[in-house]
Amino acid sequence: MKNAALIVVAVAVALAGCASKETMTDVPVTDKSAGVTPPTPNASASTTRSTTSSNVAGDPLRDPSNILSKRSVYFDLDSNSVKDEYRGMVQAHSRYLGDKRDSKVRIEGNCDERGSREYNLALGQRRAEAVKKVMTVLGVSEGRIETTSYGEEKPMAQGHDEQAWAQNRRADIKYAGE
Amino acid sequence: MMRSIFFLGALLLSLAAPAQLTIDITTSGGRQIPIAVMPLAGEAGVPQSVSEVVSADLARTGLFRMVNTVGISPTPTEPSEVNFGDWTARTAEALVIGKIEKQGERVEVRFRLFDVQKQSQLASYSYVVAPAQLRATAHRIADLIYERLTGDKGVFSTKVTYVVKRGGRYELQVADADGFNAQSVLASNEPIMSPSWSPDGSRLAYVSFDQKKPMVVVQNLAQGTTRVVAGFRGNNSAPAWSPDGRFLAVALSKDGLTQIYRIPATGGDAERLTNSPGIDTQPAFSPDGQWISFTSDRGGSPQIYRMPASGGAAQRVTFEGTYNVGPRYSPDGKTLAFVQREANRYRIATLELATNQVQVLTDGTLDDSPTYAPNGKMILYESTSGGRGQLAAVSGDGRVRQRLTSAAGDVQDPAWGPMPTN
Repeated sequence: MKNAALIVVAVAVALAGCASKETMTDVPVTDKSAGVTPPTPNASASTTRSTTSSNVAGDPLRDPSNILSKRSVYFDLDSNSVKDEYRGMVQAHSRYLGDKRDSKVRIEGNCDERGSREYNLALGQRRAEAVKKVMTVLGVSEGRIETTSYGEEKPMAQGHDEQAWAQNRRADIKYAGE
Repeated sequence: MMRSIFFLGALLLSLAAPAQLTIDITTSGGRQIPIAVMPLAGEAGVPQSVSEVVSADLARTGLFRMVNTVGISPTPTEPSEVNFGDWTARTAEALVIGKIEKQGERVEVRFRLFDVQKQSQLASYSYVVAPAQLRATAHRIADLIYERLTGDKGVFSTKVTYVVKRGGRYELQVADADGFNAQSVLASNEPIMSPSWSPDGSRLAYVSFDQKKPMVVVQNLAQGTTRVVAGFRGNNSAPAWSPDGRFLAVALSKDGLTQIYRIPATGGDAERLTNSPGIDTQPAFSPDGQWISFTSDRGGSPQIYRMPASGGAAQRVTFEGTYNVGPRYSPDGKTLAFVQREANRYRIATLELATNQVQVLTDGTLDDSPTYAPNGKMILYESTSGGRGQLAAVSGDGRVRQRLTSAAGDVQDPAWGPMPTN
């Protein structure tokens, strides 16, 4: 079963190439990475940042039991569409920004390693823009969201396979001062 | 607008000397000119063998066959001492002889180049230099020999820059074109990308993430001073110098998706040059300054376009395949080198602008960042395999290939510097 899933992945990778021919709209695309386990919203927080045990109770952004501690949106191959499973989390951050009028966020996009560096930098930025768009639709003003990108320069997973690439096709929400 | 320009200072010059690149020829094709380079008389008494550097420079091009000089005795240093019969027997077509003599603190290097068949002298030069300059002098001699015998300018006295990545540490290094004398000009715990030489070779523009997002920095190499020239909201990247050195074309996302803008090379307001619904990035000025070629996915897939350097209507110039990005002009402006994806492999290709002829030059799986030698003969690029970044070079006709290896770590994002100005 697992082997079959891996073959599916290998074929999908071979057919679809890198994260670079992303669609230019928000239209969801078919999930070509079926069989790979992209990090779930819950799992992502533990791998991206360590939460210090002290004094998290007062800060919803750092409380592991609060959805606001989840910050990463993962993308399918060839896609900059924000999948439904991440929308609740993005909505929670939008509400938080609505409550905390003085807070600002930076959304940092990332790509996997395949393709040309500078084009990947722009692709990561487009992923960040996609998350920003969800937030602005929910009423967060554009001026409070900056979108940037690390392109392929800061892979969270260091491997060179679909497992690693799935971790690296990502946008992270970071609050000013973090 | 850009009043926030600031200097980071000259803290970057005292970094340890890094490991050098080693350049090996992996393939050479076509006819090679057989040349004999005799050891120069007196060479043993100076710290640097000139003839070894000259031989290595010429051999590395793949255009020469080095003829054995062992057993020629005594070493000829004057035209009258050359026995052309010896060299005809060894099938040499060209011969280099010379001598080195101490002159106080300095040394005089004399060399002569002969056409063996015609038994005539093609060139004769003399240099009086400090011993520390012997390596540079050898490169100048190799440049002269190369030009006499091939008709093209030599690039042995040029420099290259590239990024070395070791663990989480990034260094921007500058080295001689043969990989020697590598110097770190910048070190950071954040990524460094897309270095680009000013046309006079005095400054490098590059992308720094030191402030947790991409900004374009210009660094004066002699002074070590740095200045953020594009630090706008969002991404700032892909710097390309105008041929007069006054402007940079850059990719900015300050107004949404990444688009191409023009800024003064000293920093200042950004003038928007493209206005498309997609990503526009990787600008490159044509050598005559009239055009900017760039990557755009306005049509759905990323392709190369060309527009007037002041902006305006863009024409698409690549049509084969679904991924053609990162154009760089050849020095004569007639050809673009770029990255093409086919069957999930990323390779370096060239496009002849007059004929639309595309030629794929490399056979890697993840090649990127092509950069022309200033004589247009070789293209240096990044070639990643097994997750490890190294540099490689290929001749414009695809026949000669070099591999540049470093023990230092991942080597990426090369840029070949201009011809020296003197």
